[in-house]
Amino acid sequence: MQRVGVFVCWCGSNIAGTVDVKAVAEALKSEPGVVFSTDYQYMCSQAGQDMIKNAVKEHNLTGIVVCSCSPRMHEATFRKTAAAAGLNPYMVEIANIREQCSWVHKDMLSGTEKAIILGKAAVAKVNLNAPLTPGESPVTKRALVIGGGIAGIQTALDIADAGFPVDIVEKKPTIGGKMAQLDKTFPTLDCAACILTPKMVDVAQNDKIRIFSYSEVTDVQGFVGNFDVTIKKNARYVKEDICTGCGACVDKCPMKRIPNEFNLGMDNRPAIYIPFAQAVPKVATIDPNACNMLKNGKCGLCAKVCTAGAIDYTQKDEYIEEKYGAIVVATGFNPISMDKFDEFAYSQSKDVITSLEFERLTNAAGPSAGKLLRPSDGEHPHTIVFVQCVGSRCESCAEKGKEYCSKICCMYTAKHAMLTRDKYPDTEVYVFYIDVRTPGKNFDEFYRRAVEEYGVKYVKGMVGKITPEGKKLKVQASDLLANKQLHIDADLVVLAAAIEPDKSARPLATMLTASMDTNDFFTEAHPKLRPVESPTAGVFLSGACQGPKDIPETVSQAGAAASKVIGLLAKDKLTGNPCVAGSNELICNGCSSCANVCPYGAISYEDKEFRMPDRTTKVRRIAVVNPAVCQGCGACTVTCPSGAMDLKGFANLQIMAEVDAICK
Amino acid sequence: MQKITREQLIEKASALLSNSTVSCVLGWGMGEFDYDVTPTTFNSVEELEKGFVFSDFCGANFSKYLVKKAAACEGKILVFLKPCDTYSFNQLLTEHRFDREKVYVVGIPCEGMADINKVKAICGEGILSIGSKGDKMTVTTLYDDEPVSIDAKEVLAERCLNCKSKKHVAFDELLGDEGDVIESNRFDEVARLEAMTPDERFAFWQNELSRCIRCNACRDACPACTCEKCVFDNPNSGVENKSPANSFEEKLFHIIRAYHVAGRCTDCGECSRVCPQNIPLHLLNRKFIKDINEFYGEYQAGAEEGQRAPLVDYTTEDLEPGEVFDRRDSDA
Repeated sequence: MQRVGVFVCWCGSNIAGTVDVKAVAEALKSEPGVVFSTDYQYMCSQAGQDMIKNAVKEHNLTGIVVCSCSPRMHEATFRKTAAAAGLNPYMVEIANIREQCSWVHKDMLSGTEKAIILGKAAVAKVNLNAPLTPGESPVTKRALVIGGGIAGIQTALDIADAGFPVDIVEKKPTIGGKMAQLDKTFPTLDCAACILTPKMVDVAQNDKIRIFSYSEVTDVQGFVGNFDVTIKKNARYVKEDICTGCGACVDKCPMKRIPNEFNLGMDNRPAIYIPFAQAVPKVATIDPNACNMLKNGKCGLCAKVCTAGAIDYTQKDEYIEEKYGAIVVATGFNPISMDKFDEFAYSQSKDVITSLEFERLTNAAGPSAGKLLRPSDGEHPHTIVFVQCVGSRCESCAEKGKEYCSKICCMYTAKHAMLTRDKYPDTEVYVFYIDVRTPGKNFDEFYRRAVEEYGVKYVKGMVGKITPEGKKLKVQASDLLANKQLHIDADLVVLAAAIEPDKSARPLATMLTASMDTNDFFTEAHPKLRPVESPTAGVFLSGACQGPKDIPETVSQAGAAASKVIGLLAKDKLTGNPCVAGSNELICNGCSSCANVCPYGAISYEDKEFRMPDRTTKVRRIAVVNPAVCQGCGACTVTCPSGAMDLKGFANLQIMAEVDAICK
Repeated sequence: MQKITREQLIEKASALLSNSTVSCVLGWGMGEFDYDVTPTTFNSVEELEKGFVFSDFCGANFSKYLVKKAAACEGKILVFLKPCDTYSFNQLLTEHRFDREKVYVVGIPCEGMADINKVKAICGEGILSIGSKGDKMTVTTLYDDEPVSIDAKEVLAERCLNCKSKKHVAFDELLGDEGDVIESNRFDEVARLEAMTPDERFAFWQNELSRCIRCNACRDACPACTCEKCVFDNPNSGVENKSPANSFEEKLFHIIRAYHVAGRCTDCGECSRVCPQNIPLHLLNRKFIKDINEFYGEYQAGAEEGQRAPLVDYTTEDLEPGEVFDRRDSDA
């Protein structure tokens, strides 16, 4: 029989305000096994912990029940306290009488009643606890960064800087991401390429960093410190290590009318292409859907002009398996589709464009070589209307837009408007907005310059409808401050489309068992205190995959994620969780149900010889759990039909005892 | 009624024994009465000729017997499987419950097996013998001077009336056709129960399950219940060997058992066939099968060896738990 001590915490008035803590301590005194029961203002404080330690010595306690806040908060604290008092740390049970009790109940009577019941359940469980000892697992000192945009690049550089090898997996033929497509960056207006491309070169030249471009992660197994990842290197039909990026093939390719993704389809590229001049790796890629040689076996021009002999039409997708200690998700964002926003005539007129398309139009390397020209007729637009919050902050349009604020649009629109007025002072620029949100260093100053120095016409109100009429776009809008309808004949309309997480994020989250919110942004382990870690150990978040972010924020988060990775990789061993599953081989049927449901691949099978009661031997197939891989989720225990599988620390009997205590 | 005869089966078994393909035969042996047929292992042609029977009462599903018999037989064991039995056979193989190499399966056609309770309902108790002639059954009882002739179709077992498949999904050799999966109305009765109010349904099951005497026949015959140690026999499980102390426990036994075989039950109907109290236990399992079909798409346990059952598989297309409630609400 255990000798159980019960410690009821007031948590100041957090618990004591709704729960009669003295009554709880008193009621639990008479529970089986309880030899000591008390209450205290702050059990987690030094004085509270000392109280527990003294009680362990004085009453020879073998088990401890702390009635306090959620075990997520202080279970670790009280386990340390128990260990310091000479007890096995797993002889501690927490009854959550704060989050699950005092905070959800209003009156003292029902709060106290429930607290007593929860305490009884914890006592019933601790009576069946057994000492547990965690195992250790080694750490693979290599990190994987998924996504090669500015977030991934910065994270990789910072990890490599600390001396650890890093691999970047990027699904596009080059790293650089969205930032490579931008023209200038707010609020300082330095050119995106000028600050990004040196970083891309740093990545390429860093001998700690490997780039898997045109590749994707297809499988993730294992656990923190020991991930086994399968990377699919898509066939680019060009030998990466031989191609010099000279571009001769690109010039000669006869299939020249393929929409250029890098310029968002506003111009064309050949079937063999290098996305942009500063691409890293600077290697050509053949688009298999466009190449005549790959489709029909006719052509082969690029192979003829390639002096290096890098073209390989027989190249196959390659699967690479690699071990990693940590994984950083940096999958970034995309603007949402404008197809459903018929009111803005995006699909009816070439002169209604998104802000990202505007970036390409004003970029010196873009389709118009940096001249702001109308896509429809190549003429200079004289009236430009910018529409903010297209699909953002849109509670009523959940089926096509997003409820959240995309955060970056106010600033880049101010930038676009200011730059347009700066380069083309004869252009009239309107910006329609719901609110202008500029919380950031030097952000509001930037926006005010656009209005005050550059004369951008900011109008509070939304655009209702855009109708193409001849060469003009008829813009109907409301000016909420003047309380009147506006009719503007615009030459160009720029939509600040909401941003959403990349589509690859959802399947990736499934592979990583990392959680996501309803908008498919990755969830952080704690919104304030652990913002760059996912709740899945060893998986970290960098950049816009976690929520909308501008470049400065992305870079700081990327650095923060890197520092967390470095902290993990610096360890030689990780202490495991002793609360893992184990199979009772005497009653295991070897039916494989547990292995089928195990998300971690922790269960294998072996044939084992058993002595039967009649002294014969019998070879039976039985399940064996690898405790280093098991994460203690318990899926196997509920699947096992014979009850052979059980979870240490959360045994079926312990849980039944808790249920019985609650139902008594 | 059956298309295949005892003699044909003995001939096949004898041939396989003689050419040493198999060393044992799992077949039906005579019980106390004609309708009381017992699974038996035969080791020689002589034993077969003496004790092997085949009639409309050979309903037992042999698949489960292979878990123990296959290992016990020195060489291969011959087993005669009806189409519905082959599903259980595959399911047990999927769960690694016996060695396929140790078994030689001869698939036999099945015209549906008889339910002795239905015979008794027509002819009364005191049955001395039952003969078969074409579609007719001749029943001699203690109380009738003349044998009574009844239509074999009239006394078909429920599971045979609602036969889901005449297809042999696992065999080494066939006596007859491979057969096809057939349309059945087996979920009609489940739908009728679903249409009840919760109170009506509770009363229905209360009434049915109150007859349970916890003889464990359903569990012992069930081809999905092959645990090395059943939780109901395991003193450490906390629920072992209880004869029902109250109505709650007698219900719980069957509900727990239904949960344990959910997704693994092939709907072979052995549970209801062997129940001495005539509780329609198969309806619990069929409710699970119907739900699984509706939630995850059509799934037949045992249709193929090595299938991943929906309840122990995860795909990104799986429905979210919330959808279950949405459906329930939209039904209401």
